[in-house]
Amino acid sequence: MSADFREKSKIMDSEAMDRTFARLAHEIIEKNKDFEDSLCLIGIRTRGVYVAQRINSHIEKIIGKKIPFGVLDITLYRDDLTLVGPGPIVGKTEIDFDLAGKRVILVDDVLFSGRTIRAAMDELIDFGRPRIIQLAVLIDRGHRELPIRADYVGKNIPTALQDTVEVRLSDIDGQDEVVVLEKV
Amino acid sequence: MVWTRKDLLGLEHLSKEEIKFILSTAESFKEVSKREIKKVPALRGKTVVNLFYEPSTRTRVSFEVAAKRLSADVINISAESSSIKKGEALIDTGKNIQALKADIIILRHNCSGAAVLLAQNVDLSVVNAGDGWHEHPTQALLDIFTLHEKFGRIEGLNISIVGDISHSRVARSNIWGLTKLGAKVTICAPQILIPPAIEEMGVSLTSDLDDALKNADAVNVLRMQFERDEQKAFPSQIEYFKNFGITQDRLKKAKKNILVMHPGPLNRGIEISSEVADGNHSVILEQVTNGIAVRMAVLFLVAQGREKK
Repeated sequence: MSADFREKSKIMDSEAMDRTFARLAHEIIEKNKDFEDSLCLIGIRTRGVYVAQRINSHIEKIIGKKIPFGVLDITLYRDDLTLVGPGPIVGKTEIDFDLAGKRVILVDDVLFSGRTIRAAMDELIDFGRPRIIQLAVLIDRGHRELPIRADYVGKNIPTALQDTVEVRLSDIDGQDEVVVLEKV
Repeated sequence: MVWTRKDLLGLEHLSKEEIKFILSTAESFKEVSKREIKKVPALRGKTVVNLFYEPSTRTRVSFEVAAKRLSADVINISAESSSIKKGEALIDTGKNIQALKADIIILRHNCSGAAVLLAQNVDLSVVNAGDGWHEHPTQALLDIFTLHEKFGRIEGLNISIVGDISHSRVARSNIWGLTKLGAKVTICAPQILIPPAIEEMGVSLTSDLDDALKNADAVNVLRMQFERDEQKAFPSQIEYFKNFGITQDRLKKAKKNILVMHPGPLNRGIEISSEVADGNHSVILEQVTNGIAVRMAVLFLVAQGREKK
Protein backbone atom coordinates (compact mmCIF):
# COMPACT_ATOMS: atom_id res chain seq x y z
CA MET A 1 0.00 0.00 0.00
CA SER A 2 1.27 3.47 -0.74
CA ALA A 3 2.55 5.57 2.13
CA ASP A 4 -0.39 7.97 2.31
CA PHE A 5 -2.79 5.36 3.74
CA ARG A 6 -2.88 4.14 7.33
CA GLU A 7 -4.73 1.29 8.98
CA LYS A 8 -7.97 2.48 10.53
CA SER A 9 -9.33 -0.82 11.79
CA LYS A 10 -8.98 -4.56 11.44
CA ILE A 11 -12.29 -6.11 10.45
CA MET A 12 -11.46 -9.82 10.31
CA ASP A 13 -8.64 -12.11 11.35
CA SER A 14 -7.80 -15.46 9.82
CA GLU A 15 -10.17 -17.47 12.08
CA ALA A 16 -13.09 -15.18 11.34
CA MET A 17 -12.32 -15.41 7.64
CA ASP A 18 -12.22 -19.19 7.64
CA ARG A 19 -15.56 -19.39 9.49
CA THR A 20 -17.01 -16.98 6.96
CA PHE A 21 -15.75 -19.01 3.99
CA ALA A 22 -17.36 -22.10 5.53
CA ARG A 23 -20.66 -20.28 6.08
CA LEU A 24 -20.67 -18.94 2.52
CA ALA A 25 -20.08 -22.48 1.23
CA HIS A 26 -23.03 -23.77 3.26
CA GLU A 27 -25.29 -20.97 2.04
CA ILE A 28 -24.33 -21.64 -1.58
CA ILE A 29 -25.10 -25.35 -1.23
CA GLU A 30 -28.37 -24.67 0.58
CA LYS A 31 -29.60 -22.22 -2.03
CA ASN A 32 -28.60 -24.51 -4.91
CA LYS A 33 -29.80 -27.75 -3.32
CA ASP A 34 -30.56 -30.48 -5.89
CA PHE A 35 -28.59 -28.58 -8.55
CA GLU A 36 -25.05 -29.44 -7.45
CA ASP A 37 -24.38 -31.07 -10.84
CA SER A 38 -24.67 -27.78 -12.68
CA LEU A 39 -22.94 -25.66 -10.03
CA CYS A 40 -19.61 -23.98 -10.80
CA LEU A 41 -17.40 -21.33 -9.19
CA ILE A 42 -15.65 -18.49 -11.00
CA GLY A 43 -13.25 -16.17 -9.21
CA ILE A 44 -12.48 -12.66 -10.42
CA ARG A 45 -8.79 -11.78 -10.65
CA THR A 46 -6.86 -11.12 -8.50
CA ARG A 47 -8.13 -11.75 -4.97
CA GLY A 48 -11.53 -13.08 -5.98
CA VAL A 49 -9.72 -16.17 -7.26
CA TYR A 50 -8.23 -16.94 -3.84
CA VAL A 51 -11.52 -16.24 -2.05
CA ALA A 52 -13.22 -18.60 -4.52
CA GLN A 53 -10.59 -21.30 -3.86
CA ARG A 54 -11.23 -21.10 -0.10
CA ILE A 55 -14.97 -21.34 -0.55
CA ASN A 56 -14.45 -24.15 -3.04
CA SER A 57 -12.49 -26.27 -0.59
CA HIS A 58 -15.37 -26.02 1.91
CA ILE A 59 -17.93 -26.89 -0.78
CA GLU A 60 -15.91 -29.97 -1.73
CA LYS A 61 -15.93 -31.10 1.90
CA ILE A 62 -19.69 -30.60 2.18
CA ILE A 63 -20.80 -32.33 -1.02
CA GLY A 64 -17.85 -34.72 -1.32
CA LYS A 65 -16.94 -33.91 -4.91
CA LYS A 66 -15.24 -31.31 -7.07
CA ILE A 67 -17.16 -28.71 -9.03
CA PRO A 68 -15.85 -26.86 -12.12
CA PHE A 69 -13.66 -23.87 -11.23
CA GLY A 70 -12.75 -20.95 -13.46
CA VAL A 71 -10.81 -17.69 -13.38
CA LEU A 72 -12.03 -14.46 -14.92
CA ASP A 73 -9.89 -11.42 -15.81
CA ILE A 74 -12.18 -8.46 -16.51
CA THR A 75 -9.56 -5.92 -17.65
CA LEU A 76 -10.72 -5.97 -21.29
CA TYR A 77 -14.34 -5.38 -20.21
CA ARG A 78 -13.73 -2.42 -17.89
CA ASP A 79 -15.70 0.76 -18.52
CA ASP A 80 -12.85 2.92 -17.22
CA LEU A 81 -9.95 1.66 -19.37
CA THR A 82 -9.18 5.20 -20.49
CA LEU A 83 -9.30 6.60 -16.93
CA VAL A 84 -7.26 4.11 -14.96
CA GLY A 85 -3.63 4.60 -14.27
CA PRO A 86 -1.04 3.27 -14.19
CA GLY A 87 -1.41 0.94 -17.19
CA PRO A 88 -3.63 -2.04 -16.48
CA ILE A 89 -2.13 -5.52 -16.62
CA VAL A 90 -4.15 -7.93 -18.71
CA GLY A 91 -4.40 -11.30 -16.96
CA LYS A 92 -5.55 -14.64 -18.33
CA THR A 93 -9.14 -15.78 -18.26
CA GLU A 94 -9.29 -19.54 -17.71
CA ILE A 95 -12.68 -21.17 -18.16
CA ASP A 96 -12.20 -24.62 -19.66
CA PHE A 97 -15.77 -25.84 -19.31
CA ASP A 98 -19.03 -24.94 -21.04
CA LEU A 99 -21.05 -22.28 -19.19
CA ALA A 100 -24.29 -22.95 -21.04
CA GLY A 101 -26.97 -24.05 -18.54
CA LYS A 102 -24.63 -23.74 -15.56
CA ARG A 103 -25.40 -22.17 -12.16
CA VAL A 104 -22.43 -19.85 -11.90
CA ILE A 105 -21.30 -18.55 -8.52
CA LEU A 106 -19.24 -15.48 -9.30
CA VAL A 107 -16.81 -14.67 -6.49
CA ASP A 108 -14.96 -11.48 -5.58
CA ASP A 109 -13.25 -10.20 -2.46
CA VAL A 110 -14.89 -6.77 -2.06
CA LEU A 111 -18.14 -5.45 -3.54
CA PHE A 112 -17.93 -1.67 -3.95
CA SER A 113 -19.20 0.32 -6.97
CA GLY A 114 -20.48 -2.80 -8.74
CA ARG A 115 -18.61 -1.94 -11.94
CA THR A 116 -16.32 -4.97 -11.73
CA ILE A 117 -19.37 -7.23 -11.43
CA ARG A 118 -21.02 -5.54 -14.44
CA ALA A 119 -17.87 -6.20 -16.48
CA ALA A 120 -17.65 -9.78 -15.19
CA MET A 121 -21.25 -10.56 -16.14
CA ASP A 122 -20.74 -9.16 -19.65
CA GLU A 123 -17.66 -11.33 -20.08
CA LEU A 124 -19.35 -14.46 -18.69
CA ILE A 125 -22.26 -14.11 -21.08
CA ASP A 126 -19.79 -13.95 -24.00
CA PHE A 127 -18.75 -17.47 -22.97
CA GLY A 128 -22.24 -18.93 -23.19
CA ARG A 129 -25.64 -18.61 -21.53
CA PRO A 130 -25.47 -19.60 -17.90
CA ARG A 131 -28.75 -20.73 -16.30
CA ILE A 132 -28.17 -18.41 -13.33
CA ILE A 133 -25.39 -16.13 -12.14
CA GLN A 134 -25.17 -15.58 -8.38
CA LEU A 135 -22.68 -13.33 -6.64
CA ALA A 136 -20.65 -14.18 -3.53
CA VAL A 137 -18.35 -11.62 -1.88
CA LEU A 138 -16.34 -11.67 1.30
CA ILE A 139 -16.96 -7.97 2.03
CA ASP A 140 -19.75 -5.63 0.95
CA ARG A 141 -18.64 -2.08 1.69
CA GLY A 142 -21.56 -0.20 0.08
CA HIS A 143 -21.38 2.85 -2.24
CA ARG A 144 -22.90 1.10 -5.26
CA GLU A 145 -22.91 2.99 -8.57
CA LEU A 146 -24.93 0.34 -10.43
CA PRO A 147 -28.05 -1.66 -9.52
CA ILE A 148 -26.13 -4.75 -8.40
CA ARG A 149 -26.34 -6.76 -5.17
CA ALA A 150 -24.67 -9.88 -3.81
CA ASP A 151 -26.51 -13.16 -3.11
CA TYR A 152 -23.98 -14.20 -0.46
CA VAL A 153 -22.13 -11.69 1.74
CA GLY A 154 -19.41 -12.58 4.24
CA LYS A 155 -19.62 -9.29 6.09
CA ASN A 156 -21.22 -5.91 5.52
CA ILE A 157 -18.94 -3.02 6.49
CA PRO A 158 -20.05 0.60 6.55
CA THR A 159 -17.20 2.65 5.08
CA ALA A 160 -16.41 6.21 4.10
CA LEU A 161 -16.19 6.59 0.34
CA GLN A 162 -12.52 7.58 0.47
CA ASP A 163 -11.52 4.61 2.66
CA THR A 164 -9.93 1.50 1.16
CA VAL A 165 -10.87 -2.03 2.19
CA GLU A 166 -8.06 -4.54 1.80
CA VAL A 167 -8.65 -8.25 1.85
CA ARG A 168 -5.30 -9.92 2.46
CA LEU A 169 -4.86 -13.62 1.76
CA SER A 170 -1.97 -15.80 2.83
CA ASP A 171 -1.58 -17.14 -0.74
CA ILE A 172 -0.26 -13.77 -1.96
CA ASP A 173 -0.12 -11.39 1.02
CA GLY A 174 1.53 -13.58 3.64
CA GLN A 175 -1.45 -13.64 6.04
CA ASP A 176 -5.25 -13.71 6.19
CA GLU A 177 -6.92 -10.50 7.37
CA VAL A 178 -9.31 -7.76 6.33
CA VAL A 179 -8.43 -4.15 7.16
CA VAL A 180 -9.87 -0.73 6.47
CA LEU A 181 -7.33 1.91 5.46
CA GLU A 182 -7.90 5.65 5.56
CA LYS A 183 -6.16 8.47 3.76
CA VAL A 184 -3.67 10.32 5.96
CA MET B 1 5.85 -2.27 -15.41
CA VAL B 2 3.73 0.45 -17.03
CA TRP B 3 3.53 0.76 -20.82
CA THR B 4 3.85 4.42 -21.86
CA ARG B 5 4.61 4.38 -25.61
CA LYS B 6 1.97 5.53 -28.08
CA ASP B 7 3.78 3.83 -30.99
CA LEU B 8 5.52 0.58 -31.80
CA LEU B 9 8.16 1.47 -34.39
CA GLY B 10 10.77 -1.24 -33.88
CA LEU B 11 12.47 -3.43 -31.30
CA GLU B 12 15.81 -1.60 -31.42
CA HIS B 13 14.72 1.05 -28.92
CA LEU B 14 12.61 -1.13 -26.65
CA SER B 15 13.99 -2.34 -23.33
CA LYS B 16 14.13 -6.01 -22.42
CA GLU B 17 11.33 -5.33 -19.90
CA GLU B 18 9.11 -3.73 -22.54
CA ILE B 19 9.56 -6.69 -24.89
CA LYS B 20 8.77 -9.13 -22.08
CA PHE B 21 5.71 -7.07 -21.13
CA ILE B 22 4.31 -7.26 -24.67
CA LEU B 23 4.89 -11.03 -24.71
CA SER B 24 3.21 -11.62 -21.35
CA THR B 25 0.27 -9.41 -22.36
CA ALA B 26 -0.01 -11.45 -25.58
CA GLU B 27 -0.26 -14.66 -23.53
CA SER B 28 -3.46 -13.34 -21.98
CA PHE B 29 -4.85 -12.37 -25.37
CA LYS B 30 -4.24 -15.80 -26.87
CA GLU B 31 -7.14 -17.19 -24.87
CA VAL B 32 -9.63 -14.78 -26.50
CA SER B 33 -9.23 -16.50 -29.89
CA LYS B 34 -10.15 -19.84 -28.33
CA ARG B 35 -13.55 -18.59 -27.11
CA GLU B 36 -16.79 -19.29 -28.88
CA ILE B 37 -17.35 -15.53 -29.17
CA LYS B 38 -13.88 -14.35 -30.19
CA LYS B 39 -14.32 -10.73 -29.24
CA VAL B 40 -13.69 -8.47 -26.27
CA PRO B 41 -14.79 -4.82 -25.97
CA ALA B 42 -11.38 -3.34 -25.08
CA LEU B 43 -11.00 -1.09 -28.17
CA ARG B 44 -14.70 -0.42 -28.78
CA GLY B 45 -15.13 2.95 -30.47
CA LYS B 46 -11.52 3.08 -31.67
CA THR B 47 -10.68 3.25 -35.37
CA VAL B 48 -7.69 1.38 -36.76
CA VAL B 49 -6.41 2.21 -40.25
CA ASN B 50 -4.31 -0.32 -42.15
CA LEU B 51 -2.17 1.89 -44.43
CA PHE B 52 -0.28 -0.41 -46.77
CA TYR B 53 2.15 0.88 -49.44
CA GLU B 54 3.30 -2.64 -50.30
CA PRO B 55 1.30 -5.74 -51.10
CA SER B 56 0.63 -7.85 -48.02
CA THR B 57 -1.94 -10.44 -47.18
CA ARG B 58 -0.96 -12.15 -43.98
CA THR B 59 0.24 -9.14 -42.01
CA ARG B 60 -2.70 -6.98 -43.02
CA VAL B 61 -5.25 -9.72 -42.35
CA SER B 62 -3.59 -10.57 -39.04
CA PHE B 63 -3.79 -6.95 -37.89
CA GLU B 64 -7.36 -6.71 -39.12
CA VAL B 65 -8.39 -9.85 -37.25
CA ALA B 66 -6.57 -8.63 -34.12
CA ALA B 67 -8.26 -5.21 -34.22
CA LYS B 68 -11.69 -6.73 -34.83
CA ARG B 69 -11.31 -9.17 -31.93
CA LEU B 70 -10.74 -6.09 -29.77
CA SER B 71 -13.96 -4.53 -31.18
CA ALA B 72 -12.15 -1.73 -33.05
CA ASP B 73 -13.39 -0.55 -36.44
CA VAL B 74 -10.91 -1.27 -39.22
CA ILE B 75 -10.33 0.60 -42.48
CA ASN B 76 -7.96 -0.77 -45.12
CA ILE B 77 -6.08 1.56 -47.46
CA SER B 78 -3.74 0.11 -50.03
CA ALA B 79 -1.53 2.40 -52.07
CA GLU B 80 -2.43 0.70 -55.32
CA SER B 81 -6.08 1.69 -55.16
CA SER B 82 -5.97 5.08 -53.42
CA SER B 83 -5.01 8.72 -53.91
CA ILE B 84 -1.47 7.80 -52.89
CA LYS B 85 -1.14 6.85 -56.56
CA LYS B 86 -1.77 10.51 -57.38
CA GLY B 87 1.37 11.43 -55.47
CA GLU B 88 0.16 12.35 -51.98
CA ALA B 89 3.02 12.50 -49.46
CA LEU B 90 3.01 10.09 -46.50
CA ILE B 91 2.71 12.87 -43.92
CA ASP B 92 -0.27 14.39 -45.74
CA THR B 93 -1.96 11.01 -45.88
CA GLY B 94 -1.29 10.61 -42.15
CA LYS B 95 -2.74 14.03 -41.32
CA ASN B 96 -5.84 13.28 -43.36
CA ILE B 97 -6.33 10.03 -41.44
CA GLN B 98 -5.88 12.01 -38.23
CA ALA B 99 -8.53 14.51 -39.39
CA LEU B 100 -10.89 11.53 -39.75
CA LYS B 101 -10.37 11.03 -35.99
CA ALA B 102 -8.86 7.59 -36.34
CA ASP B 103 -6.78 6.30 -33.41
CA ILE B 104 -4.16 3.89 -34.73
CA ILE B 105 -2.35 3.69 -38.09
CA ILE B 106 -0.72 0.41 -39.01
CA LEU B 107 1.88 1.28 -41.62
CA ARG B 108 3.58 -0.95 -44.17
CA HIS B 109 5.99 1.05 -46.35
CA ASN B 110 8.82 0.30 -48.74
CA CYS B 111 11.10 3.02 -47.28
CA SER B 112 13.15 2.35 -44.15
CA GLY B 113 12.23 4.92 -41.49
CA ALA B 114 8.73 5.63 -42.83
CA ALA B 115 7.03 4.61 -39.56
CA VAL B 116 9.28 6.88 -37.48
CA LEU B 117 8.63 9.81 -39.83
CA LEU B 118 4.87 9.29 -39.65
CA ALA B 119 4.86 8.90 -35.85
CA GLN B 120 6.72 12.20 -35.48
CA ASN B 121 4.12 14.00 -37.55
CA VAL B 122 0.80 12.70 -36.25
CA ASP B 123 -0.74 12.37 -32.78
CA LEU B 124 -2.18 8.96 -33.62
CA SER B 125 -0.56 5.75 -32.53
CA VAL B 126 1.63 4.30 -35.28
CA VAL B 127 2.44 0.59 -35.47
CA ASN B 128 5.20 -0.38 -37.88
CA ALA B 129 4.09 -3.33 -39.99
CA GLY B 130 7.37 -3.36 -41.92
CA ASP B 131 9.42 -0.44 -43.27
CA GLY B 132 11.84 -1.17 -46.11
CA TRP B 133 14.77 -3.26 -44.92
CA HIS B 134 14.62 -1.74 -41.45
CA GLU B 135 12.22 -3.41 -38.98
CA HIS B 136 9.09 -5.56 -38.75
CA PRO B 137 8.61 -5.60 -34.98
CA THR B 138 5.35 -7.56 -34.70
CA GLN B 139 6.73 -10.39 -36.86
CA ALA B 140 9.77 -10.68 -34.60
CA LEU B 141 7.56 -10.52 -31.51
CA LEU B 142 5.38 -13.36 -32.75
CA ASP B 143 8.49 -15.39 -33.62
CA ILE B 144 9.86 -14.81 -30.12
CA PHE B 145 6.44 -15.53 -28.58
CA THR B 146 6.34 -18.87 -30.43
CA LEU B 147 9.87 -19.75 -29.27
CA HIS B 148 8.98 -18.84 -25.69
CA GLU B 149 5.84 -20.96 -25.84
CA LYS B 150 7.84 -23.97 -27.07
CA PHE B 151 10.95 -23.65 -24.89
CA GLY B 152 9.64 -21.74 -21.86
CA ARG B 153 12.56 -19.32 -22.15
CA ILE B 154 14.58 -17.29 -24.64
CA GLU B 155 17.77 -16.79 -22.68
CA GLY B 156 20.49 -19.20 -23.76
CA LEU B 157 18.67 -20.50 -26.85
CA ASN B 158 20.65 -20.87 -30.07
CA ILE B 159 18.67 -19.38 -32.92
CA SER B 160 19.84 -19.44 -36.53
CA ILE B 161 18.40 -17.10 -39.12
CA VAL B 162 18.94 -18.38 -42.65
CA GLY B 163 18.42 -16.56 -45.92
CA ASP B 164 18.32 -13.13 -47.44
CA ILE B 165 19.53 -11.13 -44.44
CA SER B 166 20.42 -7.96 -46.29
CA HIS B 167 16.88 -7.32 -47.56
CA SER B 168 15.20 -8.57 -44.41
CA ARG B 169 13.46 -6.37 -41.86
CA VAL B 170 12.27 -9.58 -40.19
CA ALA B 171 15.90 -10.57 -39.58
CA ARG B 172 16.80 -7.18 -38.09
CA SER B 173 13.85 -7.08 -35.71
CA ASN B 174 14.50 -10.68 -34.67
CA ILE B 175 18.16 -9.94 -33.99
CA TRP B 176 17.31 -6.91 -31.82
CA GLY B 177 14.65 -8.78 -29.87
CA LEU B 178 16.44 -12.11 -29.45
CA THR B 179 19.78 -10.63 -28.40
CA LYS B 180 18.11 -8.31 -25.87
CA LEU B 181 16.43 -11.35 -24.32
CA GLY B 182 19.71 -13.28 -24.15
CA ALA B 183 19.52 -15.71 -27.08
CA LYS B 184 22.57 -16.49 -29.19
CA VAL B 185 21.86 -15.62 -32.80
CA THR B 186 23.66 -17.02 -35.83
CA ILE B 187 23.15 -15.56 -39.28
CA CYS B 188 23.57 -17.85 -42.28
CA ALA B 189 23.46 -16.60 -45.85
CA PRO B 190 25.43 -16.43 -49.07
CA GLN B 191 28.16 -13.78 -48.68
CA ILE B 192 26.40 -11.44 -51.06
CA LEU B 193 23.22 -11.40 -48.94
CA ILE B 194 24.99 -10.54 -45.67
CA PRO B 195 24.92 -6.79 -45.00
CA PRO B 196 28.19 -5.12 -43.94
CA ALA B 197 28.88 -4.75 -40.21
CA ILE B 198 25.99 -7.03 -39.17
CA GLU B 199 28.31 -8.57 -36.53
CA GLU B 200 28.02 -5.28 -34.62
CA MET B 201 24.46 -6.34 -33.78
CA GLY B 202 25.95 -9.13 -31.66
CA VAL B 203 25.46 -12.12 -33.96
CA SER B 204 27.72 -14.85 -35.33
CA LEU B 205 28.11 -15.30 -39.06
CA THR B 206 28.45 -18.30 -41.29
CA SER B 207 27.87 -19.24 -44.91
CA ASP B 208 27.77 -22.95 -44.14
CA LEU B 209 24.22 -24.16 -43.49
CA ASP B 210 25.32 -27.34 -41.67
CA ASP B 211 27.34 -25.16 -39.35
CA ALA B 212 24.29 -22.95 -38.67
CA LEU B 213 22.03 -25.93 -37.97
CA LYS B 214 24.46 -27.93 -35.84
CA ASN B 215 23.64 -26.41 -32.42
CA ALA B 216 20.44 -24.56 -33.25
CA ASP B 217 17.33 -24.92 -31.08
CA ALA B 218 15.38 -23.25 -33.85
CA VAL B 219 15.98 -22.06 -37.38
CA ASN B 220 14.10 -19.09 -38.75
CA VAL B 221 14.02 -19.50 -42.54
CA LEU B 222 13.62 -16.26 -44.46
CA ARG B 223 11.95 -15.95 -47.81
CA MET B 224 14.20 -15.29 -50.80
CA GLN B 225 12.91 -11.86 -51.77
CA PHE B 226 13.42 -11.96 -55.51
CA GLU B 227 11.19 -8.88 -55.89
CA ARG B 228 13.72 -6.84 -53.90
CA ASP B 229 16.79 -8.25 -55.63
CA GLU B 230 17.11 -5.54 -58.25
CA GLN B 231 20.77 -6.24 -58.97
CA LYS B 232 19.98 -9.92 -59.60
CA ALA B 233 22.59 -10.75 -56.99
CA PHE B 234 21.53 -14.33 -56.87
CA PRO B 235 21.56 -16.02 -60.22
CA SER B 236 19.90 -19.35 -59.63
CA GLN B 237 17.08 -20.55 -57.40
CA ILE B 238 18.23 -24.13 -57.83
CA GLU B 239 21.69 -23.25 -56.62
CA TYR B 240 20.21 -21.44 -53.63
CA PHE B 241 18.09 -24.43 -52.70
CA LYS B 242 21.11 -26.73 -52.98
CA ASN B 243 23.25 -24.64 -50.63
CA PHE B 244 20.75 -22.94 -48.31
CA GLY B 245 17.42 -24.75 -48.67
CA ILE B 246 16.14 -26.43 -45.49
CA THR B 247 15.47 -30.09 -46.28
CA GLN B 248 14.91 -33.27 -44.27
CA ASP B 249 18.46 -34.37 -45.12
CA ARG B 250 19.89 -31.17 -43.69
CA LEU B 251 17.81 -31.50 -40.52
CA LYS B 252 19.19 -35.01 -39.91
CA LYS B 253 22.42 -33.33 -38.84
CA ALA B 254 20.62 -30.90 -36.50
CA LYS B 255 19.24 -31.30 -32.97
CA LYS B 256 16.41 -33.83 -32.83
CA ASN B 257 13.79 -31.31 -31.69
CA ILE B 258 14.86 -28.35 -33.79
CA LEU B 259 11.99 -25.98 -34.60
CA VAL B 260 11.58 -24.65 -38.11
CA MET B 261 10.02 -21.22 -38.46
CA HIS B 262 9.18 -19.11 -41.50
CA PRO B 263 7.50 -15.69 -41.64
CA GLY B 264 5.70 -16.56 -44.90
CA PRO B 265 4.85 -16.52 -47.68
CA LEU B 266 6.72 -19.74 -48.45
CA ASN B 267 8.74 -20.31 -51.59
CA ARG B 268 8.57 -24.09 -51.54
CA GLY B 269 11.59 -25.66 -53.15
CA ILE B 270 13.68 -22.50 -52.86
CA GLU B 271 14.40 -21.78 -49.19
CA ILE B 272 12.48 -24.70 -47.72
CA SER B 273 11.32 -28.10 -48.98
CA SER B 274 7.65 -28.99 -48.80
CA GLU B 275 8.52 -31.98 -46.66
CA VAL B 276 10.00 -29.71 -43.97
CA ALA B 277 7.38 -26.98 -44.28
CA ASP B 278 4.62 -29.53 -43.65
CA GLY B 279 6.65 -31.75 -41.33
CA ASN B 280 6.71 -32.12 -37.57
CA HIS B 281 9.55 -29.65 -36.96
CA SER B 282 7.53 -26.87 -38.54
CA VAL B 283 5.67 -24.34 -36.37
CA ILE B 284 4.86 -22.09 -39.32
CA LEU B 285 1.08 -22.15 -38.86
CA GLU B 286 1.35 -21.74 -35.09
CA GLN B 287 3.28 -18.56 -35.83
CA VAL B 288 0.27 -17.30 -37.76
CA THR B 289 -2.07 -18.06 -34.84
CA ASN B 290 0.27 -16.45 -32.34
CA GLY B 291 0.53 -13.38 -34.56
CA ILE B 292 -3.05 -12.48 -33.71
CA ALA B 293 -2.43 -12.56 -29.94
CA VAL B 294 0.76 -10.53 -30.29
CA ARG B 295 -0.92 -7.91 -32.48
CA MET B 296 -3.90 -7.70 -30.12
CA ALA B 297 -1.48 -7.00 -27.29
CA VAL B 298 0.37 -4.36 -29.31
CA LEU B 299 -2.83 -2.57 -30.39
CA PHE B 300 -4.16 -2.63 -26.83
CA LEU B 301 -0.91 -1.30 -25.36
CA VAL B 302 -0.33 1.52 -27.87
CA ALA B 303 -3.95 2.62 -27.42
CA GLN B 304 -3.33 2.75 -23.63
CA GLY B 305 -0.03 4.55 -24.21
CA ARG B 306 -1.74 7.19 -26.32
CA GLU B 307 -4.38 7.85 -23.63
CA LYS B 308 -1.58 8.48 -21.15
CA LYS B 309 -0.01 11.18 -23.35
